[in-house]
Amino acid sequence: MRRHVILRVLLYVILIALAMIYLLPVYLMLLTGFKPFNQVDLKTMWDLPTTGLYIQNFIAGFNQLSPNLMNSLTMVIPEAILSSLLGSINGYLLSKWKFRGSDLVFSLVLFGMFIPYQSILIPLVKFMFTIKLYGDIPGLVFVHIIYGIPITTLIFRNYYAGIGTEVLEAGRIDGASLTGLYRWIIFPLSAPSFAVVIIWQFTQAWNEFLFAAVLTNQSHWPVTVALNNLAGSQLVQWNVLMAATLLAALPTLLVYLFLGRYFLRGLMAGALKG
Amino acid sequence: MRHKFQLNLPQLILAVAIIVLGFSTMYTLTKTQLTVFGNDFTSIGLLISGLIFYVGILIIVAMYQDETVLSIAILIPSLVAVAIFVYGFILWSLRVSLSAWQGLRPDYTFVGLKQYIELFSNDLRFNIDIRNTVMFTVLFILACLVLGLGLAILLEQRPKGENIFRGIFLFPMSISFIASGVVWGWLMNPATGARLTGINLIFHFLHLDFLIGKWFTTAMPWGMAYTVIPAVWQLSGFTMALYLGGIRSIPEEVREAARVDGASEFQIYRYIIMPMLQPVTLSAVIILGHMSLKIFDLIVALGKGDIRLDVPGIYMWTTTFSGNNYAQGAAIGMLMLISVAVLVVPYLIQNMRSETKL
Repeated sequence: MRRHVILRVLLYVILIALAMIYLLPVYLMLLTGFKPFNQVDLKTMWDLPTTGLYIQNFIAGFNQLSPNLMNSLTMVIPEAILSSLLGSINGYLLSKWKFRGSDLVFSLVLFGMFIPYQSILIPLVKFMFTIKLYGDIPGLVFVHIIYGIPITTLIFRNYYAGIGTEVLEAGRIDGASLTGLYRWIIFPLSAPSFAVVIIWQFTQAWNEFLFAAVLTNQSHWPVTVALNNLAGSQLVQWNVLMAATLLAALPTLLVYLFLGRYFLRGLMAGALKG
Repeated sequence: MRHKFQLNLPQLILAVAIIVLGFSTMYTLTKTQLTVFGNDFTSIGLLISGLIFYVGILIIVAMYQDETVLSIAILIPSLVAVAIFVYGFILWSLRVSLSAWQGLRPDYTFVGLKQYIELFSNDLRFNIDIRNTVMFTVLFILACLVLGLGLAILLEQRPKGENIFRGIFLFPMSISFIASGVVWGWLMNPATGARLTGINLIFHFLHLDFLIGKWFTTAMPWGMAYTVIPAVWQLSGFTMALYLGGIRSIPEEVREAARVDGASEFQIYRYIIMPMLQPVTLSAVIILGHMSLKIFDLIVALGKGDIRLDVPGIYMWTTTFSGNNYAQGAAIGMLMLISVAVLVVPYLIQNMRSETKL
């Protein structure tokens, strides 16, 4: 019994120590962000603010990043909605209307989510240039939707595979067609996986860097590109940088905080059947 | 089977109207330019009118009452998009990698494997890249597996506040590699003496001065090892979630039976749970492995161009878009693709086979 208590205490000590390490980066961002300019010094990085909380770092960080936060937002919202619709239709057809070779087709599509984008980058840039979608947000939305097809199809397909055929059979007897079954049975049942896919695509597109850096020009930079640029600049103080980094990470952090359940499901779908 | 054409006049009129609308918009857009809020929307307009045109076609296809054909017809736009943007572009890249394209003007003169041979034989930077990628991949996967399994076993003991702990270990996953690299760059600040800061400063407070290090600025090749830290911070929680799912899917009766046979808790983990988790480990290795083989943004944010921390993803980027050495860039891209394919393709094939059996 004594041994059991000691082990239990040890369990909590380890867990709390690990939790503190995992939270350290966020703690640093908050701590530095809330200090006034005159208390910011590398030597006192871990000291608590002595004269109350200030938000001037966050204001300065926001002033630096606000156009880019806007760019990211205008890119991510249509991207998440459109690619979830596309994924839902593809997932429905590839799970409920299998034709000869449809599993092979699906596997070929799935491969697209693993490729390093460096291997298609040169043709992509040339192509986007030719069709005049280079440099701006619509082009980036377009690219994210196309390369999102594998993962969105996968999540919806796995979800629909769990819907029993009896439900569809009943619909067939009532005379519903392929499109009717989707409209009246499948789509109304899809809310949970729409949540998963929209959140997943939102997070992915918000955090993405390579396409954003290559396909947009400076005035249309999403927040990741702008943040990386800010971090490399000598003109910005590190306290402002910490506040800006937190602002850039905030939307996905909030999504995680409030909708973490769905976020985790998207993550697990990425691991295929496991 | 009712494979016959069933004419539905109102639908046919609708379909023709949609086709005419889509086609005429497409035709107009090839002649003029569409501008919305000062942006050139011609291509997007063409795409949308093309899709409208295709919807009209689909309505006619639906009249044939063959649902397999209709299902394929609806899938075609997505499949064509993937065929072009994934497979077509890979072939195009392959062609560029076999060319002599240097400079802004495309030059498709065929030079065979020249770029690949040069990368492997006398390119010092690419040598560093390979070593860095191997080191990063091995350390990253090992650390994630060990930490992930450890965390899963700890949480499996059902401590109070289990959900809070799980949330804390998982949240870094939602942050971008760029943001993570920026913050960890400051935490792992290598400055010494009076400028001591970041984690080194914490070590100093704790009287653990012997731990104070130069982090990712350590001499080659070991500096690269430290770039794994932020990546593990972000993905060990994901590995934990995979293992936790695996452990919880093992029925309680299995453990109960082992306990009845007199096995200790440690023995249950060692001889019963661990072997049953092998498929989870395989999935984790593949997911983590394909991420680390193409690691890019994290190193961009952390290394800020430091050649000692270079990886193929960054080399491809700089040689192509700063050096205009397109052929070499394409070759590096193809090599990255091959490394990922070796890992992923067997997994995809196995996944497909096991599904077909069901």
